[in-house]
Amino acid sequence: MVKKYETPMLDVLEEGPWPSFISGIRRLANEHPSEFINDITHSLLGQLEHSYETRKGYWKGGTVSIFGYGGGIIPRFSEVGDAFPASREFHTLRVQPPAGNYYSSAMLRQLADSWEKYGSGLVTFHGQTGNIMFIGTNTNNTQHFFDEINDYGWDLGGAGPCVRTAMSCVGAARCEQSCANEHKIHRLLVNNFMDDMHRPALPYKFKFKVSGCPNDCQNAIERADMAIIGTWRDDMVVDQNEIKYYIEKKGRKYIIDNVVNRCPSQALSLNDDDTLDVDNRNCVRCMHCLNVMPKALSPGEDKGITMLIGGKRTLKIGDLMGTVVIPFMKLETDEDYDRLVEIAEEAIDFFAENALEHERTGEMIERIGLVNYLEGIGLEIDPNMISNPRESSYIRMDEWDQEAEKWNEAQAEKAAS
Amino acid sequence: MSENAPMRPPIESGCPDGFQYMHPVMIKNFGAWAYHEDPEPGVLLHVAKSGDKIWTVRCGTQRILDLFTLRKLCDIADEHADGFIRFTIRSNVEYMVAKEEQVQPLIKAIKDAGFIVGGTRNSVAMISHTQGWLHCDIPGTDASGVVKSMMDELITEFKEWNMPNRVHITTSCCQINCGGQGDIAINIQHTKPPKINHDLVANVCERPSVVARCPVAAIRPALVNGKPSLEVDEKKCICCGACFPPCPPMQINDAEHSKLAVWIGGNHSNARSKPSFQKLVAAGIPNNPPRWPEATAIVKRILKVYKEDAKDWERINDWVDRIGWPRFFELTKLPFTKFHVDTWRGARKSLNASTHIRF
Repeated sequence: MVKKYETPMLDVLEEGPWPSFISGIRRLANEHPSEFINDITHSLLGQLEHSYETRKGYWKGGTVSIFGYGGGIIPRFSEVGDAFPASREFHTLRVQPPAGNYYSSAMLRQLADSWEKYGSGLVTFHGQTGNIMFIGTNTNNTQHFFDEINDYGWDLGGAGPCVRTAMSCVGAARCEQSCANEHKIHRLLVNNFMDDMHRPALPYKFKFKVSGCPNDCQNAIERADMAIIGTWRDDMVVDQNEIKYYIEKKGRKYIIDNVVNRCPSQALSLNDDDTLDVDNRNCVRCMHCLNVMPKALSPGEDKGITMLIGGKRTLKIGDLMGTVVIPFMKLETDEDYDRLVEIAEEAIDFFAENALEHERTGEMIERIGLVNYLEGIGLEIDPNMISNPRESSYIRMDEWDQEAEKWNEAQAEKAAS
Repeated sequence: MSENAPMRPPIESGCPDGFQYMHPVMIKNFGAWAYHEDPEPGVLLHVAKSGDKIWTVRCGTQRILDLFTLRKLCDIADEHADGFIRFTIRSNVEYMVAKEEQVQPLIKAIKDAGFIVGGTRNSVAMISHTQGWLHCDIPGTDASGVVKSMMDELITEFKEWNMPNRVHITTSCCQINCGGQGDIAINIQHTKPPKINHDLVANVCERPSVVARCPVAAIRPALVNGKPSLEVDEKKCICCGACFPPCPPMQINDAEHSKLAVWIGGNHSNARSKPSFQKLVAAGIPNNPPRWPEATAIVKRILKVYKEDAKDWERINDWVDRIGWPRFFELTKLPFTKFHVDTWRGARKSLNASTHIRF
């Protein structure tokens, strides 16, 4: 006998024009042929209504894992399980999506069929870390569900202090601004660290995110411990006929106000014949003018990536942006990609050995200083890493001559090559 | 299963290859796209250097998908979109088709099924949200319900291009801020220290790591009623809730005192200005299920002023950079309080050390 609950507050969320998650859950509860699904979703609605009434959450974590792994499941045990027994256990499986979040309907149906056998029937594409979230099942079924989908190509993502599931944008598959093979970078990086993902043993989480251009649609700089952003270092490509066409269509004032004047480094000006003058040496690749006129302006041909390290959310010392650690790097040959993975290995090894418990990479850099961090992972300093040089004289500098010589030698070497 | 049955070892295959689920036109033109256009709200047209074209139709859903809804989305893909689907970072669904004549029937099928076409260019995109009471272990509020309530009221802004530039809204159910940075963020803000159940602390919490977790060193070990527990220096406590995840007996969520706050100007893009973090504009908003009308009203008020006052291409942070914060508070009629003046590390960098003042 399926137990049902009164849910007057949730009922209100079935009204209104936006699709309602409550209607979806209720349909599983009332119409799905599986009694397991009816029971667990009715019970979930009951507990959620209780949360709405009391303005409190009632899930607690615990320890649930599948055989061979230490992470990837978000265990949820109800604190009010006596009142809502069918959803007493309501664990989530985090499953890694394909790079770029591409699916076929056939594959989604296969996942749906498996989840129908073992879960509540609720799923989200995707959680904030980037995982497919299969929401709600008991301990036994987490193993069965995983075994089944793992057989046809799906693996758990990260949860806890470990390398987390990575994210990449739509990328070169459908975007003219893409300056990199986002999906290759995404998979090469994260798939190299499956042991660090599945057996959480780092000080805290470590996230990779890949965006193909500085528009950074994956919020990588703000959210990733290691952000890979596609960019270019030669001149942007300008189609002057298209520029003239935009001006004809939108008016000269519009182009001056919205393109020329919005350039953050004053690298644009409009010529008297309505062609665009670009000071490429001072273009900072912000993307604004390319976004406004994608038909007229394109990234250059000499593409590569910029790497930033240390982005994170609020806990514990406040939100931090990533910091540039590699201003530009080509990603063309196998050796280039090997080098990228090697840097990631250095970063994770150094993090594992030097971060305090529950400290993110960005916080560790704040604590030990960027220079020590770079030394630790074997990268050279570069003026592109700072907004401005130090403002305080309170630093001991008795090795100035050696450091200046190091820079001069490096510059001479660069000039010679 | 018998106790001796061998367990199946996992195949550590990691992140799957997306190319196997990609539209053939996208595989063919990988890395060789020329430009894109926006034929109508919710629709993108990408043109490859080869001359090939692909149309994308984007739609909003309830995000927490039930199997019926997931299969309905698959049906639409099979009938109208060659069987391909992708999801955006904001959980919108995208269908991609290679023939222009597929576009309108696809849009009709999406609308007939109850999904909302839109979320492109200068619209209010789908609110990116977290788990909330539905599934999180530490939430101060629900996420799905807040998002549903707000999108009901912002649906026209999702479907149309009315904004100066795109608007990304996020929610977070605690101060860890999993929802991330947004042009507008609606986040929980606790206003009272945790209530400690001293009977449970010793058994449930690893006390040294709870002490270490506090951002302001307000927690210390203590004997309470003869039991080893933790105590909070309530004068130091910033009510952030960081102690609650590692120590559930330190309950931070409170039906009355856990409020909502609104932050603006978070922007992930490097376009124009460098990426920016969101800034506090309003707090003390009641956490009021099932519809949270007070929070929605403030979001709508900010959007209205932004829409009227910002220039084309200004994201909310660009707009406030141009008009200044005094004007923002004047135009939105939101109160400016002592709590808007930052006190956290590096706070002096946020103070005006100049005579740059607008009159």
